[in-house]
Amino acid sequence: MQATAQAIPHSDVHAAPHEEAGFWSTYVFSTDHKVIGIQYGITALFFLLFGFSLMMIMRWQIAHPGEAVPVLGPLLAALFGDVAAKGIVSPDLYNSFGAMHGTIMVFLGIVPLAFAAFGNYVVPLQIGAPDMAFPRVNMASYQAYVVGGVIMFTSFFIPGGPAQAGWTSYSPLATSIPTDGQTFWIIGMVFLITSSLLGAVNFIATIIQLRAPGLTWMRLPFFVWAQFVTAFLLLLAFPPLEAAAVMQLMDKVAHTSFFLPTGLAIGGNLAHVSGGGSPLLWQHLFWFLAHPEVYVLILPAMGIVAEIIANNTRKPIWGYKSLVYSVLTIGFLSFIVWAHHMYLTGMGIRIATFFQTTTMIISIPSVIVLTCMFISLWGGSIRFNTPMLFVMAFLPMFGIGGLTGLPLGLSYSDIHLHDTYYVIAHFHYIVAPGTIFALFAGIYYWFPKITGRMMNEFWGRVHFWLSLIFMNLIFQPMFAQGMAGMLRRMADGGANYSQARVENAVGGLSAGIMRLHTYILWAAVGLALAQIPFIINLFWSIHHGKPAGSDNPWEATTLEWQTPTPPPHGNFLTPPEVHRGPYEYSVPGHARDFTPQNQPD
Amino acid sequence: MDIPYTVEPRPDTGLYNAKVGIWLFLASEVMLFGALFSSYILLRVGAPEGYWPRGWLNVPIGTVNTLVLITSSITTVMAWASCKMNQFGRFKVFHAATLLLALTFVCIKSYEYHDKFTHYEITLRDGRIADGHLVANDPKADHVVISGRYVQDRKDLFDLEVRPAPRHHEELSIPRSQIEKMERYGPWHHTYLAIYFTLTGLHALHVIGGAIVIGFLWGPGSKLWETDPERFTNRIEISGLFWHFVDLVWIFLFPVLYLI
Repeated sequence: MQATAQAIPHSDVHAAPHEEAGFWSTYVFSTDHKVIGIQYGITALFFLLFGFSLMMIMRWQIAHPGEAVPVLGPLLAALFGDVAAKGIVSPDLYNSFGAMHGTIMVFLGIVPLAFAAFGNYVVPLQIGAPDMAFPRVNMASYQAYVVGGVIMFTSFFIPGGPAQAGWTSYSPLATSIPTDGQTFWIIGMVFLITSSLLGAVNFIATIIQLRAPGLTWMRLPFFVWAQFVTAFLLLLAFPPLEAAAVMQLMDKVAHTSFFLPTGLAIGGNLAHVSGGGSPLLWQHLFWFLAHPEVYVLILPAMGIVAEIIANNTRKPIWGYKSLVYSVLTIGFLSFIVWAHHMYLTGMGIRIATFFQTTTMIISIPSVIVLTCMFISLWGGSIRFNTPMLFVMAFLPMFGIGGLTGLPLGLSYSDIHLHDTYYVIAHFHYIVAPGTIFALFAGIYYWFPKITGRMMNEFWGRVHFWLSLIFMNLIFQPMFAQGMAGMLRRMADGGANYSQARVENAVGGLSAGIMRLHTYILWAAVGLALAQIPFIINLFWSIHHGKPAGSDNPWEATTLEWQTPTPPPHGNFLTPPEVHRGPYEYSVPGHARDFTPQNQPD
Repeated sequence: MDIPYTVEPRPDTGLYNAKVGIWLFLASEVMLFGALFSSYILLRVGAPEGYWPRGWLNVPIGTVNTLVLITSSITTVMAWASCKMNQFGRFKVFHAATLLLALTFVCIKSYEYHDKFTHYEITLRDGRIADGHLVANDPKADHVVISGRYVQDRKDLFDLEVRPAPRHHEELSIPRSQIEKMERYGPWHHTYLAIYFTLTGLHALHVIGGAIVIGFLWGPGSKLWETDPERFTNRIEISGLFWHFVDLVWIFLFPVLYLI
């Protein structure tokens, strides 16, 4: 599929007229991919902050079970009533916050930020396109996301509060909790899934159809490849969860028994259901989405990392083709590893063997990606600016997260570690100091393209160093807690579990392990404070940051830097034509150390 | 710059944008229905011996509905071909037929739904089970009347191909005081009905959605033919691809739910 140079078709009579648009059509009901990207970004950052606040309250409850939450306590009591009486987080409220923290962070925070926000803003620019292939579908995608977010948010204020059965919403628990929170959760998820599907269709069609002349597949920036694979994961993995959500909704509303087994007893009484359903079916359908979903969380981050490494080492990414084939392999394999989340369900040795094997195989391309990134640093004259610092931290953090996943992928060690804090530490290392650091890097990196101004470098470094330290102080102790056997999802942080220990009995938690809760709490507070410089920097720099001085302040090669700043509607002044690969840095014999993709030979 | 390839195909892929989009969308739809079909398999395999229903649905009616949808697929192709051949009048006729067939399908399907929602299984205090369609259920009367039969073993109600129901139904008048439990054949009655209503309901929503789009293109949307016939023909093709997919889903649904 060699895209040969060809003229961009002339505009026909139906082209949108370029008259001055009003506020509403420019900023709210916009079909411009850049505006939609920014809308996604701001909304997702808000939800990230919100999900983080839920976690702060939970951490207080874990470290100080039964004590009123300081500062926020009266607010909680006023908002939630009985479940937060006197500002004390009850187990019900803790369960709600836990379920919603996961849901919000994954579906309303990271995916919209990593995939939709960065993808929308950057992908069309990087492939030299005037917009996404379907601008109105793009707008609909954002609107569906907002509706889903509003439904999730509203569920906090309905009687009984939001969903309580964890972000995994396992049935029959999720179905049999008598409040309406789960119903809101399901309906909210259907909107979020729809949003992702519309976005995924749009991204794939855009990347296939709208690449500029000369931009062949192997000349695509790695970020575009990462988003391309991510879009396929969303496209094919989300519908089974949508099917599962429909069935759980039927269980909740029409009293069917898709996930309710025969003889189900709730509170000691036989449930009035027809039975014959399968709780395991929910888990299969859920993880069929949710495992590819973790790659949805990490692949865009890898894409951002590759862009920033190439730019700041001033040399090509090492092993571009290996990277591309690795993400394609990861994309394919991620569909056949899902049941490694289910070793403890008793699904059988043979099936567990299959999923252990595929899980070990998928670690190979992941390691290739990380290795290529590390080798790319070798011999480069590295510029240590804020985006690069975050990216440099991403590499070892993602490494820790990935390597600690291996014991979880083998059923023998997973039996001990399953559902402990070890699991929490493992995936948070991937998503928090991994993905979120890459997203921070992306924000610092593309900010001058969006606004024409740089973010403050000093406060960027403060943000980076404090975040790095506190992230590790939060998650590193959890490995120890998990290996000591502390289970997740306990509203009192294991206090009762620990004290139930009999003299000389094995299995209780030591005082040292319990004390780590306090350290984690204060590290989390520190992490929250560390975000203040970022938030101020982000908004302050829009109008008061140092002017970028040029359209290409980082001296980058990819096409998004070859547009005016900020890019106008339609992006490029003249249709770009691509003559070279994405990372032609420090090419011997060239006058400058970077050669933009659209520069003719 | 304007978005390229909205109407004419991109030379290296041979497709215009919307065609790529609809195929991707259909791929996700395959996964959606695929998950539901997989659930059907899992639920059926997990059902205890003899308690998975067979013969609960009316095969002749299902066959008619299958033919209705297949015919509508043909008229959809003909409508698109008419556009390609520049025969707008013929397009109008064929897509009017598509719409009528879609309506027929939905009507037949609602008749089948109605049949299930008036069908009751009544457990009596003496252990017998009355099964049949409701004739009268006046809250003031002390009898419930159904047209059906009594069985001793609940298993007799499930595999109607191995243990066929008698052709002749009689009217049974059951005193309310005798009734222990009375439940209609809704989705809550059995997992088979749950998956039946979910699958066919979701499919019916697709039929209705597709019919609305085709109806729009047949009615107000057809004005585009005068200004940009090529783009209009593409829209007919895209909506047609969706319609064929909806048809195809039914081709799988029919044997799975009615025949095997």
